[in-house]
Amino acid sequence: MAQSNNSIKKILTVAFVLCIVCAVIVSTAAVALRPLQQRNVELDRKTNILEVADLYEPGMDIQTAFEKVTPRVVDLRSGEYTDQFDPATYDSFQAAKDPAQSRTLSGERDIAGLSRQEAYSTVYLVGNPDDPEQLILPIRGQGLWGLMRGYLSVQGDGNTIEGITFYSHAETPGLGGEVDNPNWKAQWQGKEVYDEQGDLVPAIELVKGGANESTEVDALSGATLTSRGVTNMLQFWLSPEGFGAYLAKFRSGVDQDDAEQADVELEAEGA
Amino acid sequence: MAETTPKGVLTTPIFKNNPIALQILGICSALAVTSSMSVSLVMTLAVIFVTAFSSMFISLIRNHIPSSIRIIVQMTIIASLVIVVDQILKAYAYEISKQLSVFVGLIITNCIVMGRAEGFAMSNTPGLSFLDGIGNGLGYGFILMVVSFIRELFGSGSVFGFTVLAPVQDGGWYVPNGLFLLPPSAFFIIGLLIWVLRTLNPEQIEENEFKMKENTQPKEAV
Repeated sequence: MAQSNNSIKKILTVAFVLCIVCAVIVSTAAVALRPLQQRNVELDRKTNILEVADLYEPGMDIQTAFEKVTPRVVDLRSGEYTDQFDPATYDSFQAAKDPAQSRTLSGERDIAGLSRQEAYSTVYLVGNPDDPEQLILPIRGQGLWGLMRGYLSVQGDGNTIEGITFYSHAETPGLGGEVDNPNWKAQWQGKEVYDEQGDLVPAIELVKGGANESTEVDALSGATLTSRGVTNMLQFWLSPEGFGAYLAKFRSGVDQDDAEQADVELEAEGA
Repeated sequence: MAETTPKGVLTTPIFKNNPIALQILGICSALAVTSSMSVSLVMTLAVIFVTAFSSMFISLIRNHIPSSIRIIVQMTIIASLVIVVDQILKAYAYEISKQLSVFVGLIITNCIVMGRAEGFAMSNTPGLSFLDGIGNGLGYGFILMVVSFIRELFGSGSVFGFTVLAPVQDGGWYVPNGLFLLPPSAFFIIGLLIWVLRTLNPEQIEENEFKMKENTQPKEAV
């Protein structure tokens, strides 16, 4: 028996049969469970969006609640909506990897540590899409240990913050990981992104030792680098490099042309 | 050997021959996933499932496995089962699968699974191997649950997510010890557990493999 087990023919047969059987089992499981898994990913994303909009309650029906939210794709440079992509299927992370749909960032312009940024991004509007109550913007940037991804919700005036949430990060539990702490997140509500009416450069930042201004949020204690990452991320995405031009449409006292011009200039600088 | 009775193979790995505490296998994942109890519980169930079924399948075909490729054959079976578990978790327990992240995939490299496949399943019947897998999974799970209980209680003041010691950041009195949330704390806890287990069962104490040389006298050194 042992002799025949080690013949080349037997070895090849066992290896071949085993691979076929295992491959069939694995692919059956993957294919059969895929719809369920995709539903979970989708639900998770919607839950995060509802959470940042402060519409989430545990045990609620996510699908029904999400009817209040309209996704739209925005051209980051002009700040205009575009119908070029279907908001339901457009994937901005994928787009950021595609050279045709993104641009490279480097040096001082890349404060959020992204290296590539997509040209179009999906925003979520809460309430009437023509006059939304809240604008939910996807944000991401480097923390201490890796990329942090989240959403920022801004009220219809394009300036007042409603909430912030991170759905994926690798920060130190108990220190930087406190970006998930509900108490820390709660203090974002009512903060302002820009300190002057016509300003295009965001003023919002995390500060040590007590936030006094309306554009200041308490930094996380013991997590300087994570806090810096959050500040940089917001300063990047709310500047004309990110959603600045888009937010300008909702704000009063901002010259539209200025907003677009600022981004064109940045673009030229980068090239 | 008393070990090869069905009851023996199921219960001895829990205390007497614990895979983590005595054999010091599977430490890596025990450090990584034990910061919360519910995550540890799911990890335990996943490991029990994989160890039990991989041992059973390997034992079923043990007479046909050519010895020259036996490790690869074992790995293939283990890897397939792990992928199935990972897929099931993503479909039915998405939240927890997110927290376990790569560690479900790393069950493949968990030495306990390989150890039982090579050390037990290759030479025993499928039924016994299945029970042996469950037993070792339980032994692994026992340590995991003890470690995660200590870590979650002192690290976040809760047990299975329910607050027991109200932490300061939620307006309570307990200052959570952040060290317990970090993987190194599991090293200390597992080390202390091994100490306790070996004090209770002195036969587990290993003989010294070599003798330490006596300290040099300070006088001589000078």
